[in-house]
Amino acid sequence: MIRLDNVCKSYGTRFGSRQVLRHLSFSLERGRHMGILGRNGAGKSTLIRLLSGAERPTSGRIDRGMSVSWPLAFTGAFQTHLTGLDNLKFICRIYGKDWKPLVPFVEEFTELGIYLREPVQHYSVGMTMRLAFALSMAIEFDCFLIDEGLSVGDSRFGERCHVELFHKRKDRSFILVSHDPGIIRAYCERAAVLHLGKLYEFPSVDEAFHFYETQNVPPPGPRFD
Amino acid sequence: MADEGMEKTGTTFRQSLAIQRRVIWALLMREVITRFGRENLGVLWLILEPMMFTLGVTALWSAAGMTHGSSMPIVAFAITGYSSVLMWRNTVGRCNSGIHQNLNLLYHRNVKVIDVFVTRIVLEMAGATASFIVLAVFFTAIEWIQPPDDLLKVIGGWLMLAWFGAALAVLVGAATAYSEIVDRIWHPTAYLLFPLSGAAFMVDWLPKAGQEVVLLLPMVHGVELIRDGYFGTRVHTHYDMAYMGLVNLVLTLAGLCVLRDAGLRAEAH
Repeated sequence: MIRLDNVCKSYGTRFGSRQVLRHLSFSLERGRHMGILGRNGAGKSTLIRLLSGAERPTSGRIDRGMSVSWPLAFTGAFQTHLTGLDNLKFICRIYGKDWKPLVPFVEEFTELGIYLREPVQHYSVGMTMRLAFALSMAIEFDCFLIDEGLSVGDSRFGERCHVELFHKRKDRSFILVSHDPGIIRAYCERAAVLHLGKLYEFPSVDEAFHFYETQNVPPPGPRFD
Repeated sequence: MADEGMEKTGTTFRQSLAIQRRVIWALLMREVITRFGRENLGVLWLILEPMMFTLGVTALWSAAGMTHGSSMPIVAFAITGYSSVLMWRNTVGRCNSGIHQNLNLLYHRNVKVIDVFVTRIVLEMAGATASFIVLAVFFTAIEWIQPPDDLLKVIGGWLMLAWFGAALAVLVGAATAYSEIVDRIWHPTAYLLFPLSGAAFMVDWLPKAGQEVVLLLPMVHGVELIRDGYFGTRVHTHYDMAYMGLVNLVLTLAGLCVLRDAGLRAEAH
């Protein structure tokens, strides 16, 4: 179970402190799949950063009763001077897992061939994505954070990601953050809408979808309080 | 069940310690390969780089007659002096870019800013210490310098300098989370502190008023203790380890406080 209690997050701007998330409260049970819809700038990525623990809320509490992943297929933490294999070893060391048994899976899944042992800086965008996704699957979590992303890569790779995630790991929790209602409809049993920094929960995906469609978002102005 | 993602709420102190050790080890391996690569000498550069600096300074100071006519053996003087500068200057330098360069690692919940700092401090100090030992042993072996008079004092001074360097690195490095100005100010500060740090002079050479001023700088006490250990009764040294210990303690506490707040403020990309 993961529980947010009255979470706020502000960032400093040149015009003073701007509140990006305002008084978010929700909880997610183990094994449940929740979608969060939001337009650009609604605060989706901020929410993901708070959920993953990369940043702390300005106020409020986040209780994690289960292990929460880093954002799925996140490529930002790659050290590009290191090889794909080095990055696998690094992740495994951090999470206390033996890397050797994982090499066949990563080799097979990424189809990087000899490039698995080349520096990541020589990879194409697609290769980096495949490596990132494979590393996300290498460590087992109770709850996966998914920030858009899954649309990247060719359709065959997308298909294999879906199998790994939504079939092989369907007993885990997911928090799927997207501005694409299709993917949330397909995989989530409940959905919420992040709108102007506030979270609106709905009993069904359809109602959330309807609310999402009918809201207009003004350009980011000051949102101080 | 899937518990290797770990860090449930309520980790015991022991589990936390195990996690931290693992994370620092992972960061060390990553940092070594990133900085030095696998080609040519690789990790040996960790020692060779400070050695080259120290040797260069030793050569310069020998040529310039930096011991000002005293009977001090110049090679030993330069090695003890310059090596001790590396302990505080380079550690701070590495930690200053630490938060910024590793923000994205914070997405891994077990990685904290302190782990990044500890990694960089350990690495810098390992390099500086190894370089000091290799040079001292080498020059002793070819009989350019004599072995230390009292090795324990040398080690004591070195450890005090290490503590000072680590505390200062955490404090200044954490302060860079608030403003880049900290890093900008650090460079001229370090440059100006170097000639005052006791590396290039003995406190005893200064007039009384000057002695009182430089002895306000904590690292001077560490260098003097190392030189006391190295040269024994051949030199007259001035140091107060209680003073240095007190300053170190204050720096450590301040550093940890700032670091805690900086960790809360860190903004990932």
